[in-house]
Amino acid sequence: MVLAESTNHAIADPGRVFLEEVIARTGPSCRLDMCIQCGTCGGSCPSADDMDHTPRTLFAMIRAGMREQVLRSNTPWMCVSCYLCTVRCPQDVRITDVMYTLKNMAVASHAYPDSTAPDFSRAFIRNVETFGRSFEVGLTAQHYLRHYLTRLPSMAPMGISMLRSGRMGLTPPRRIRGMRGLKRILARAKALEAAS
Amino acid sequence: MSEYLYYPGCSMDSSGRSYRDSLEAVTAPLGITLREIDDWNCCGATEYLGLSRLPAYALIARNLALAEQARNGTNTLVAPCSACFLNLSKTNHAMAEDAAFGAQVNDALAAGDLHYDPDSLRIRHLLDVVVREVGLETVRSRVTRPLRGLKLAPYLGCMVPRPDYDGRWSDPEHPSELDRLLAALGAEVVDYPLKTECCGGHMTQIGPSTAFSMIRRLVDAAERAGADMMVTICPMCQMNIDAFQGEMNAHFHTSHRMPIVFFTQVMGLAFGMAPEAVGFGRELVDARPALARISDEPVPEAEPARVRRPGRPKGPALPMPQMPEAGEVTR
Ligand code: SF4
Ligand code: SF4
Repeated sequence: MVLAESTNHAIADPGRVFLEEVIARTGPSCRLDMCIQCGTCGGSCPSADDMDHTPRTLFAMIRAGMREQVLRSNTPWMCVSCYLCTVRCPQDVRITDVMYTLKNMAVASHAYPDSTAPDFSRAFIRNVETFGRSFEVGLTAQHYLRHYLTRLPSMAPMGISMLRSGRMGLTPPRRIRGMRGLKRILARAKALEAAS
Repeated sequence: MSEYLYYPGCSMDSSGRSYRDSLEAVTAPLGITLREIDDWNCCGATEYLGLSRLPAYALIARNLALAEQARNGTNTLVAPCSACFLNLSKTNHAMAEDAAFGAQVNDALAAGDLHYDPDSLRIRHLLDVVVREVGLETVRSRVTRPLRGLKLAPYLGCMVPRPDYDGRWSDPEHPSELDRLLAALGAEVVDYPLKTECCGGHMTQIGPSTAFSMIRRLVDAAERAGADMMVTICPMCQMNIDAFQGEMNAHFHTSHRMPIVFFTQVMGLAFGMAPEAVGFGRELVDARPALARISDEPVPEAEPARVRRPGRPKGPALPMPQMPEAGEVTR
């Protein structure tokens, strides 16, 4: 009886389920299940001060099945993809890639409460999906009007200098010729991802 | 002349104009030709990977597929931007390492009549090509105006030496390639331990106070090391440190003025080109005043700086602990 109960428990272990989901979405070589909780990642991370949990803590929370709290955490969004943790991790966990996966999952489940970062990514990608190229001025203007109105005055001199030195253009980029093909590629990729 | 496939990336036409101008100026003296991939698209920077995995990789892989079609004798694809380089290399690596994933990416590419065979291209950053393919000997032989007396802080940023999928760099945290290149130009290379620390990346857009702390550390360390300017290999690093330095100063009530330019610009300068011809003057923190330090006279070998050790404190020293004499021990 006792044995059967504990086996049942192992199958339904929410930590295991969540951990395996994160691994499957990151790719099997991410080795997240090999984490030994040494803390090298958090100690190396340039953004750790601004994270609500260090990467190490977050990985412990994944194992504990704290799905909601993990996906609400600002940690992945504070990650600047510098790969310092990744090259230092004694277990070769691909931490940066795990951070990307956690962002993907937070966006998909609308769990992360602050929309600044996901909105920036979406705005960036909207330009890419329209022109095939990024469009710095359009992106910055759109993003600041929405999230950083108060920052505009201190930014204005910089914008003007960038325009004057020819490092920023007001006109959108020329659309790439293969835009239709690119749209089909992305649509297919999204469909494949949704199906998996 | 060695020919390479070339993926410029979006910033070369906008914020990285001085990178493009200087790169175009130095290819001939370096003996390389860059053949731009026709109709390439944006690599998605670090943004698309954060939203969804497969579309992000498919977006990047379209460029690999176009480059593969254009191979014609060369299979090396060069990117000057760190984020572009990393994305292209990351995608190639992910497709090669996990065949099932590679097949999924190709399934998506097929919707646009494209296909990429993983590992059919070698993907390299421009600095890697200059240091290892062109070689420092050739670089040195092109120098007509050595940058004597100019103190440069080599700053690579994070995304080129890490994670280093192909194992090309001398070290993931303290690589020496850029130092050696700048020394070959005759410049004085200062010791800059933060050379691969992050510039803040997209945090200038989504978490400015985080970014400002990073920018401040980098600029402050370069100043302390005595650098006249920082030299970088990445348009995003240049943009963050140059264009956001003013806002960072306002944020911390500081008054740093540390110029940052691209390695191709100082290379052009050492090859005898006029500063404006290689993009000097487009930076917001003007680097030109520092160029006056370049001296035509050979700089005498500097005496190794004396390291000052803390002296003995003044006044009577504290008594030294002494072993008790035999028999002195009291219980
Ligand atoms: S450095 Fe690696 S092993 Fe150590 S806590 Fe971080 S992920 Fe786990
Ligand atoms: S890659 Fe992300 S989590 Fe890792 S050290 Fe850099 S910022 Fe921190």
